[in-house]
Amino acid sequence: MKEKFMKFRKGGLGQLTIPLIAIAILILFNLIRDPGFFSIEITHNNDGNAVLAGNLISVINGASELAVLAIGMTLVTAACGGQDISVGAAAAIAGSAFVKVLKSGPSISGGTVLLAFLCACIVAMLFAAFNGVLVAVFKIQPMIATLILYTCGRSIAYWINGGATPTVDSPIIRAIGRFIPGVPLPTPVLIVAGVTILFMLIFHFTSLELFTQSVGINGSAARLNGINDTFIKLLSFIILGFCVAVAGCIGVSRLELINHETLLLDVEMDAILAVAIGGNNLGGGKFKISGSIIGAYVIQILTTTLYAMKVSSTDVKAYKAVVIVLLVVIGSPVIKAKFAKLMARGRSSKQRVSMKGAK
Amino acid sequence: MKRLKALLLTGVLAMSMVFGGCTNGGGSTGGDTAPAGGTSSGGTIKVGVVNNPPSESGYREANVKDMEAVFSKENGYDLKTAYSLKNDDQLQAAQGFITEGVDYLLISAAETTGWDEVLKSAKEAGIKVYLFDRMIDVDESLYEAAVVSDMSAEGKTAVDWLLAQNLPEYKVIHIQGAMGSDAQIGRTAALDEQFASGKMTKVIQQTATWDEAEAKNIVESVINSGDDFNVIYAENDGMAKGAVAALDEHGITHGVDGKVIVMGFDCNKWALRELLAKQWNYDGQCSPFQAQIISDLIQGKTTASSKKIINEEKGFDAKNITQADIDTYGLGE
Repeated sequence: MKEKFMKFRKGGLGQLTIPLIAIAILILFNLIRDPGFFSIEITHNNDGNAVLAGNLISVINGASELAVLAIGMTLVTAACGGQDISVGAAAAIAGSAFVKVLKSGPSISGGTVLLAFLCACIVAMLFAAFNGVLVAVFKIQPMIATLILYTCGRSIAYWINGGATPTVDSPIIRAIGRFIPGVPLPTPVLIVAGVTILFMLIFHFTSLELFTQSVGINGSAARLNGINDTFIKLLSFIILGFCVAVAGCIGVSRLELINHETLLLDVEMDAILAVAIGGNNLGGGKFKISGSIIGAYVIQILTTTLYAMKVSSTDVKAYKAVVIVLLVVIGSPVIKAKFAKLMARGRSSKQRVSMKGAK
Repeated sequence: MKRLKALLLTGVLAMSMVFGGCTNGGGSTGGDTAPAGGTSSGGTIKVGVVNNPPSESGYREANVKDMEAVFSKENGYDLKTAYSLKNDDQLQAAQGFITEGVDYLLISAAETTGWDEVLKSAKEAGIKVYLFDRMIDVDESLYEAAVVSDMSAEGKTAVDWLLAQNLPEYKVIHIQGAMGSDAQIGRTAALDEQFASGKMTKVIQQTATWDEAEAKNIVESVINSGDDFNVIYAENDGMAKGAVAALDEHGITHGVDGKVIVMGFDCNKWALRELLAKQWNYDGQCSPFQAQIISDLIQGKTTASSKKIINEEKGFDAKNITQADIDTYGLGE
């Protein structure tokens, strides 16, 4: 306990410092810019439910897909020391499979939705396993291995449903993508909470976290200690596959429509950024899921802020890039080491002063 | 060792079959309906269509289906088709059709350039060329007529409809498609004119690059900022749906008798059904149906007054759309 307190006093939430500071700065900036930015109000949506609305709700709701993907991306990053750039395309495939199954029956019941989700999971996990085999067994660099699916994924999604953009009209899908009657929070937010808790339980009751870290830090050392590094790497991809399926299904349910060309477009870059902003080493090894999730919300607050400032959506990406470059550079080991040195020098000079005073 | 050799041989054999199949298929995909007599006889008109693949979009899917329906055997045609997104493949396919000796060549080119040689050799062979959907940069003498959509007319039809609603004030959220695309330029231009003249107020004008979720974010940010608006002009159906999702979540009514007028483009069947349910107000179309016009020209039922024939653009109003309209003009399912 005392140790933890000392660590905290030393300026350390560890790797979470930077993402938390980023969130604090963004919130402060918005409060100064427009004090009403974070106001939350209760409105009645067109289905007649009392729901919460406001920028803050938009942020936590809008970041849902990204947060789920960031969780899986963190694991792949930690185990393989590389990133999966095909998550957007894979989500389009999973979403297409989801819609295909939903539309195969005459009507959509709770069972159909569950079945459709399971199918989406299986499909996404299979494609993820394909990536995983390339990386874990054939030792291909993750970015190159997943480039294949990144390139052809959306074409595969096209084969599933054809060129049109099929819509699904069902109160259940509407409830998943928007609000469950009687619950004032958007359902995607609840799903993210559920997935987060699921992962916390997995980490608590299994050695997955430890194994993943040791494989990421030194694969052969881990192998010598009896950890099957090939399996752990493959597993990290399959887990990401599950996250992809969840994100794809949220994305589809939100709009009640699948457009294989635009579903979660460019999300892979944001997911990798979320991992980086969360202070995780993109070269693998130690990781913190919570950092990546916070990273996802940082990105979304940034986007929402820029939209609220009526920045043209073509410029949003450029502004986002500037902020992210700053965050990543500040979080880089070089700057961190410099900063630590500076702190140490400050402390030692202070000590000298106090010693002189004692004389 | 022997087994290895045998394996290798089978592998090579299989490969050669696959690649052989590819080269055969490359020339004229879908041309498997070989004419019974070998040559055009007994009044069947041989038509070669060079088009983009139906996978390109819902528009193209409808376009391809329309071509197949009109130039059918029942209507006295022998149709050969070739689909590619690549200009080079298209040029090769067109050259193939010329060598084969079709009577008419119909082209929707991937790119506007590079067609001189092919069209000249078509002319020498006495093959008549029609362009559809897209123009090509060649001399007018090289083709009979071009049946194309006028994107700016389409935008104008939509904006004229909006003006005819006689709203006391127009506060418009304008969600644009991918910047620089033909559809975006045409659909934006008409509305920009109204913004410039001051007749309509621009609440926000943002591109969502055809992305539904992005459109939802844009509308959500306007709602959260508290700005007032009463028109959503989205440059395709998907973005209109994204925008409406934001309205629904925040309890803002829309459609006929609603607070906000919703306008979309493309006329997907599902979008037209939203019109029929009075949830949206207007859907504009860039018509993918050029086959009948070309067929009439070929059979001499009509004559072209000029080389460029503008396809009539439809716009549907929620107040008078019917199920029959959806069945006839809707894209997709």
